[in-house]
Amino acid sequence: MSGNAAVISVRDLVVDFGGAPVLDHVTLDVFRGEILGFVGGSGAGKSVLMRTIIGLLPKRNGSIEVFGANLAALGERERRSIERRWGVLFQQGALFSSLTALQNVQFPIREYLDLSPRLIEEIAVAKLEMVGLRADVRGKFPAELSGGMVKRVALARALALDPDIVFLDEPTSGLDPIGAAEFDELILTLQRTLGLSVFMVTHDLDSLHAVCDRIAVLSQGRVIAAGTIETMLASEHPWLKSYFQGKRGRRVH
Amino acid sequence: MSAATLTGRVFGERVALAALGAWTAAGAGDLEKIVEDAAHQYAQARFVEIDLARLERLDTFGAWLIERLERAFTARGSSARIIGLSDADRGLIEEVRLVNRTPPKERVAENRILVALDQIGRAVAEMGWSLVLLAQLLGALSRAAAAIITHPARLRLTSTVHHLERVGWRALPIILLSTFMIGAILAQQGIFRFRDFGADVYVVDMVAILVLREVGVLIVCVMVAGRSGSAYTAELGSMKMREEIDALRTMGLDPIEVLVLPRIIALVIAVPLLTFLGSMAALYGAGLVCWLYGGMAPEIFFERLRAAIWLPTFEVGLIKAPFMALVIGLVACVEGFEVEGSAASLGLKTTASVVKSIFLVIALDGLFAVFFASIGM
Repeated sequence: MSGNAAVISVRDLVVDFGGAPVLDHVTLDVFRGEILGFVGGSGAGKSVLMRTIIGLLPKRNGSIEVFGANLAALGERERRSIERRWGVLFQQGALFSSLTALQNVQFPIREYLDLSPRLIEEIAVAKLEMVGLRADVRGKFPAELSGGMVKRVALARALALDPDIVFLDEPTSGLDPIGAAEFDELILTLQRTLGLSVFMVTHDLDSLHAVCDRIAVLSQGRVIAAGTIETMLASEHPWLKSYFQGKRGRRVH
Repeated sequence: MSAATLTGRVFGERVALAALGAWTAAGAGDLEKIVEDAAHQYAQARFVEIDLARLERLDTFGAWLIERLERAFTARGSSARIIGLSDADRGLIEEVRLVNRTPPKERVAENRILVALDQIGRAVAEMGWSLVLLAQLLGALSRAAAAIITHPARLRLTSTVHHLERVGWRALPIILLSTFMIGAILAQQGIFRFRDFGADVYVVDMVAILVLREVGVLIVCVMVAGRSGSAYTAELGSMKMREEIDALRTMGLDPIEVLVLPRIIALVIAVPLLTFLGSMAALYGAGLVCWLYGGMAPEIFFERLRAAIWLPTFEVGLIKAPFMALVIGLVACVEGFEVEGSAASLGLKTTASVVKSIFLVIALDGLFAVFFASIGM
């Protein structure tokens, strides 16, 4: 990568559930302004790594640095200020079911910033429009939205505070190919306009081709490869070969 | 990073504004004020230039406020333009140019009286609707029960026993304890008042009749509605939310037969048993208080008890129990099936389940009182 500073750097991370290691000395960097695609088999621990970085799961060993600060060494206040600089898109959207789409996006803004109601409303509307949602979606509750809309609202909420990093957990899963392609496009556009660094857990080979600058592969608790899609395709590693050049992989290159 | 500011210089009809510092979310509160002041201060300007060349950082918040400033000028008919835009920020400025174009809907002033009438109407309609739903479930339940009677092997015995354990056996300690205390309290209050008339011994009559006819079954039903009815609603509601009920249906299974019937059978069996045991605990509590607090020997207590009650006193309470159990179960299941997508709806329906079933139990108790009085029990 272009010699940029790493916004996230994970070193020798070990995470286990009741003694069985899920992540075994994982080392990984995410550089400023890149989209990193993070792949691996189902149950390999991709989401576990993401959840450990954002602090939802405890780690046993190793270090996680975000914006050059070691998360484990931070106090409550510093941690909060770091957390404000990242946004997370959960796999199921995790929208608050008792709030409307607009209120969901307003929520983090209202909690963190002291702004006039008018500005909060305008910013939230702007975010919803930036993710391509029409005005009639604003007043709807998550239960009334389709899967694709939920993902878009969740993305708007993840972007509400103009974060530097967004974590996307399988953003295109459950979307039809057209919806998935549009979502990829959206992520790319937003990443360019907002200058985001993106950590994207995905299974979607099309996404990997279309938007990811770099790909990291998790297998058996370790990152077995990291690099561009070309290096992945050229690799002789049996798992990489079957993943990227299997029946479903061949279609896309 | 320096604080965000906006400087302005006036050249006749032309105003040159320059944005400096970091126009980001962190300072958005102050920036909003700055932008509003500038729009106000330079209201007379015909030509406005907003220079962004010296911006240190820009995010959506800052970009939107600059856009808002520009719109404030153009809305007044002056011409405003942005200059000195860096390539990095160009995308963002172009993006916010497109947003917030549709004016938010004007809130129509509502007539308070109409709103109140509307709410009353809706509440009444909803009440009627919930009675319809109850009748509907009762019908579906009767059909399922009839199917079970003709094919007993279809009864989900394991499930029924499991629910019986949950709503009966596990509820026993707390129900015994509460009824014991109610009996004791009634006796204590009775002794306290009746003593003034020298009628201590009639406390036994009062407590026995009250407990066996009314209080025993009511306390048990309130406890069961709060403890088991709410659990039924929450279970069925979350199953509904996660499409488990739809899954059952697509497999050709009747959710009423699989989910509702075992639960209601369990309640109908458990509540009379709990009522019996609870009434005994209440009488025991009353007896203890009479003995220890009122100084009434147990022999006298039992003698009065025998004189005060006859079989129908006891039957009245127990006959009511299965009907009340049915009402609690039906309300709990109806509310469970009414849950929609959100967590809030689950909470709402669980509350509604408990409140409605307790209310209906009391209403039913009133009907039974009239009924038993007219047949002389």
